[in-house]
Amino acid sequence: MRLKAKLTEKVAFLVLLLSTLVIVIPVVLITLLILKEGLPAMSWEFLSQKPRMGMRAGGIFPAIIGTLYLVGGTMCFALPVGILAAIYLSEYAKDNWLTRMIDVAIANLAGVPSVVYGLFGLGLFVNFLNFGASILSGALTLAIMSLPVIITASREALGTVPQNFREASLALGATRWQTIRKVVLPNALPGIMTGTILALSRAAGETAPILFTVAAFYLPKLPKSIMDQCMALPYHLYVISTQVTKIKPQVQYGTALVLIGMVFIMNFCAMIIRAHFRRKKQW
Amino acid sequence: MTTKRSASGKVVEFLIERAIFLAGILSIVFVVLIFVFLLKEGLALFYEYPLGRFLTDLRWYPISSPPHFGVVTLLMGSLAVTLGALVIAVPLGIGCAIFIAEVAPLWLRELLKTTVEFLAAIPSIVLGFIGLVTLVPLVKQIFHTPTGLTALSGSIMLAFMAMPTIVSMMDDALRAVPNAHRAGALALGATRWQMIWRVLVPAASSGMVAAVILGIGRVIGETMAVMMITGNAARIPTSLLQPVRTMTATIAAEMGEAVQGGDHYHALFAIGILLFIITFIINMTASFFIRRRG
Repeated sequence: MRLKAKLTEKVAFLVLLLSTLVIVIPVVLITLLILKEGLPAMSWEFLSQKPRMGMRAGGIFPAIIGTLYLVGGTMCFALPVGILAAIYLSEYAKDNWLTRMIDVAIANLAGVPSVVYGLFGLGLFVNFLNFGASILSGALTLAIMSLPVIITASREALGTVPQNFREASLALGATRWQTIRKVVLPNALPGIMTGTILALSRAAGETAPILFTVAAFYLPKLPKSIMDQCMALPYHLYVISTQVTKIKPQVQYGTALVLIGMVFIMNFCAMIIRAHFRRKKQW
Repeated sequence: MTTKRSASGKVVEFLIERAIFLAGILSIVFVVLIFVFLLKEGLALFYEYPLGRFLTDLRWYPISSPPHFGVVTLLMGSLAVTLGALVIAVPLGIGCAIFIAEVAPLWLRELLKTTVEFLAAIPSIVLGFIGLVTLVPLVKQIFHTPTGLTALSGSIMLAFMAMPTIVSMMDDALRAVPNAHRAGALALGATRWQMIWRVLVPAASSGMVAAVILGIGRVIGETMAVMMITGNAARIPTSLLQPVRTMTATIAAEMGEAVQGGDHYHALFAIGILLFIITFIINMTASFFIRRRG
């Protein structure tokens, strides 16, 4: 009996291992494939030139700059609102119906499909507020999409600051806001930064929300103001992999590699910050 | 001097605390705003095209005259790829999560978790591109379909993309089971597998169900990869080897051509309303299971 159970265990663990491999191996293969095919495309010209010949040659500079602008804009809008909202939930909110409503709202914002954010951005920012297809509209749309991640991460970071830090500060006569600004926030900052960078790296890779709000099919000049349209890496990859015929695969893989590289560098920074401050933490 | 400063300090503090409160309730405002704007632009369709036909017409011919805006075809497309993805993702996800949480040694566990997190970080457009150049030709070759752009390709891709959500949430749920459960089962002479299957999985079931539900939400809302590899034929699929068109892909693909304020434009927002309601229900259900676990 016991022997049979042992045998079942062996078989079961083998099945578990196999199902894990079925998931993990493609991730490794995809990464290697993009590196192998994309690295030969990497050159200073590819990174610093405008696309030429119907995007079949030249570089992807405007798309890189466009994505950087969008990420920067997203941060400007989402970070302050996200941190303030997290402060409210962590430091001020009581356990009442309003707080529960906010929790429900955050969970739903996190689950709204990205293309619906695109529709919303089109309806509110592009048409209703008349911002047109512009960096402003795109960044605002991405910012609202990033909010739930930033709020959740910041709230968690604020929550890990020990209660007696606050009590000590209040006992010294500091007001509630002084306590938050001088004691709670500095201690929660690494966690907030980590969460924000992760949210921004997601925003950098999103295509659907920027489709109708900012992304330009082909725009070889750089945007001059936040009311201009711009190219963006994810949309550019979409365009050159579905709309442009007779294009060298190298250009497509190269674009994919730059996009993944950007996302990966942001994720890596977030990991470093987390690891660095976890070691320095005194409590 | 000091009194003056503290007076202005009080004003500043008052203003800041107001701002904090406003930011706090902003999430509610945004959810409401999203719904209101979808309704504002979407309901306008039904002045021209009755709701009944939107929900029962089996044709989606947005630019024929007269146009047909039958959402059922697209809903069926979304359901087909979602079901296909679930059939693949749920067993694999459960297996992978159990392996990571309970079987793998510590060093491997960290490595596997990092890999799954890395998968979550890959933008969907990149996965769509990779699917287009690898998976689609493979499906074409194996099943001898004309293009390889099929519901099956979409399902496989979506299963893969839902994996990070499913695996990491199930891993959390399994980890959250108290160690006393493990010790108790092992002390009674159970093998580790018996302990996992008969004790841990039932104990973690609420969290695992929530993981699957959120995975469904992820799959139904996925847009770019699906648009690139499912073939986008707007007809009700009878087999997974046919091309399908999902709700999300329809919005993304057609909004560029739709005239602002026209019927087609409104119809795409009406699909948005439907998607919003579906994901709202999915999220509420998942929260219910998470709270039950909590």
